[in-house]
Amino acid sequence: MGKTIKPEDLKCPLPITGHDTIQLSHGSGGRMSNELISKLFVWAFDNPALRKQDDQAVVEVNGLKLSFTTDSFVVDPIFFPGGDIGDLAVNGTVNDICMNGATPLYLSAGFIIEEGFPLKDLQAIVISMKRAASEAGVQIVTGDTKVVNKGKGDKIFINTAGIGLIEHGYDISSSNLKAGDAIILSGTIADHGIAVMSKRENLSFETPITSDTASLNRLVAEIVRVGGVHAMRDPTRGGVAATLNEFAMASHVGIRIHEDRIPVKPAVAGACEILGLDPLYVANEGKLVAVVSPDKAEAVLAAMKKHSLGVDAVIIGEVVSGQSGMVSMTTRIGGQRIVDMPVGEQLPRIC
Amino acid sequence: MKYLDEFRDPKIARKLLDEITAAITKPWVIMEVCGGQTHAIIRNGIDQLLPQEIELVHGPGCPVCVTPLEMIDKALDIASRPNVIFTSFGDMLRVPGSKKDLFVVKSEGGDVRMVYSPLDAVKIARKNPDKQVVFFAVGFETTAPLTAMAVWQAHQQNIDNFSMLVSHVLVPPAMEALLGSPDNRVQAFLAAGHVCTVMGWEEYVPIAQKHKVPIVVTGFEPVDILEGILMAVRQLEDGRAEVENQYARVVKREGNRPAIEVIRKVFQVTDRKWRGIGEFPRSGFALRSEFEKYDAEKRFALGDISVEEPPECISGLILQGLKKPYECGEFGRRCTPQTPLGATMVSSEGACAAYFAYHRQKDDSVEKN
Repeated sequence: MGKTIKPEDLKCPLPITGHDTIQLSHGSGGRMSNELISKLFVWAFDNPALRKQDDQAVVEVNGLKLSFTTDSFVVDPIFFPGGDIGDLAVNGTVNDICMNGATPLYLSAGFIIEEGFPLKDLQAIVISMKRAASEAGVQIVTGDTKVVNKGKGDKIFINTAGIGLIEHGYDISSSNLKAGDAIILSGTIADHGIAVMSKRENLSFETPITSDTASLNRLVAEIVRVGGVHAMRDPTRGGVAATLNEFAMASHVGIRIHEDRIPVKPAVAGACEILGLDPLYVANEGKLVAVVSPDKAEAVLAAMKKHSLGVDAVIIGEVVSGQSGMVSMTTRIGGQRIVDMPVGEQLPRIC
Repeated sequence: MKYLDEFRDPKIARKLLDEITAAITKPWVIMEVCGGQTHAIIRNGIDQLLPQEIELVHGPGCPVCVTPLEMIDKALDIASRPNVIFTSFGDMLRVPGSKKDLFVVKSEGGDVRMVYSPLDAVKIARKNPDKQVVFFAVGFETTAPLTAMAVWQAHQQNIDNFSMLVSHVLVPPAMEALLGSPDNRVQAFLAAGHVCTVMGWEEYVPIAQKHKVPIVVTGFEPVDILEGILMAVRQLEDGRAEVENQYARVVKREGNRPAIEVIRKVFQVTDRKWRGIGEFPRSGFALRSEFEKYDAEKRFALGDISVEEPPECISGLILQGLKKPYECGEFGRRCTPQTPLGATMVSSEGACAAYFAYHRQKDDSVEKN
């Protein structure tokens, strides 16, 4: 018989600072999310796969290496320029599965639907999921449906989980960065976050801004084929800044990026200016950051540029030694600054 | 980006830096008044690129930072009440009162909503006649026309369930107070471009003359700031004390007349307390008596709230340009953006938050090539 765990045994070794209750910022993908995950979930469920804190776990079953992940989608609005909660739920999980080079195979889909939700909207979402799954080459093989009382949920929440097969021999993880590695970004940043925000807040811009939601598994396959890839991640909530900070902390290295190389669409940059947001911290849903050994960097870049989701790929920086856990940036005018982990959601400024 | 890229051009920035270096013969202390400028300076690393003779000190121009703790506690009190929809600009939601912030009130069930414009709060009031809708009217002259317009619209449309918690502050009286202080170190100002967009720059002329201090109305892009510094340095080196306008593409001498008109219609000048610094005479806006019914303090009969600032927080000294964030014993230790002791750390435009996010230490903590 195993040891019985008493409630008093469950005392976190490190206190979660700041708040006694869960705040929105605990789910923002920034410092507060990170603290909650590390100090509560990882501490409680501790095991070697979880401890890596990648967006997916690598598990072995009968000699097969599997990539396993889950993600919940609570986006508001549920329909936005360039996509909806359905394709987001498929693409987001496909992307999490494949960021270690796995081939995504099967997904589950769990729906939590608020009473009174229009059936035609649910149909549109499900058709969108079917299309996204087909484009990614995955099958949705199991699911669950719950309906909650009116007012007890916000229209619809979707959870997707997924598994994929790892057939290559590389170890691709956020803890594998090495000094000298190149940081490659697959394209323009902040498109998804600004598209959703502009729809949510009824902001309209001269040039329409659409979400970049897309499945990245085929682009990932091209990268893995070239080799030399040490880490990959899709920079969703918290943006590129959070992803780079997570890499730097997990690998105990420094990262330096160059402001003038970071691609931002003019309309998105303009929207960020108006709202007082830094595009580095805004969410993406169809982009990836790859960390690649210097001898393979140009070849990986060339392979990415041949793919429709990587045509704007660019080397934005490099891994450096001596600045463990820190991301810094050479500004456009030649200054230096830290790119810090976001604390919570970015808040539009007063003036 | 059209109209912006030229103000971020590294070649123009380098040329301006060379001109500043060529013009300077001795040390000068220049204050950028606006938190947005502080943010731009630190974010672009401008302070590291300037010749060492120039010391930039950071002014009180962060609206979140200078909103008194008592006023935030009043906001928290109103937002916690049933049947209230409390609206605010995003910046204010994470600013700590003496016990919590508006996000915590929201997590406790308060109906707290972020809006991009006070006019949106009026719309919410129109759609929710059974609720009291309150807008937290903070900010400098920059936001005052919009908040004035919100009250004016509510008045015109007979919307009775709308009110505002008013904590507007005015920049020129604060500059005067800093210059009149025996501790003052400021020798020239970069005046806040956005404020001058509304109010113009005529009111700065008597300040420059009386205190013999150059004032350069300055924008927010790297090239704007470097050009503003160059204009200030040239005045200092020449022994001149004039008001000059670097931000002429946006700012007119007389300001924005319709904006000023709506402000005057709705607000009157009043004495106002600035968080961490104290009360300055005639340094804020309050609702005129004919718009008293839109005053949330009166509508909710809040009375006076008295609260203590954490004694170890030196936000007030930082806002007056007397200390730098890294001179605080708690900076980056007990006081971080996640656990702020004072508003200069929590506001995205606060000097402490800017140093924490971009620099951390006194000297370049970011290793260079």
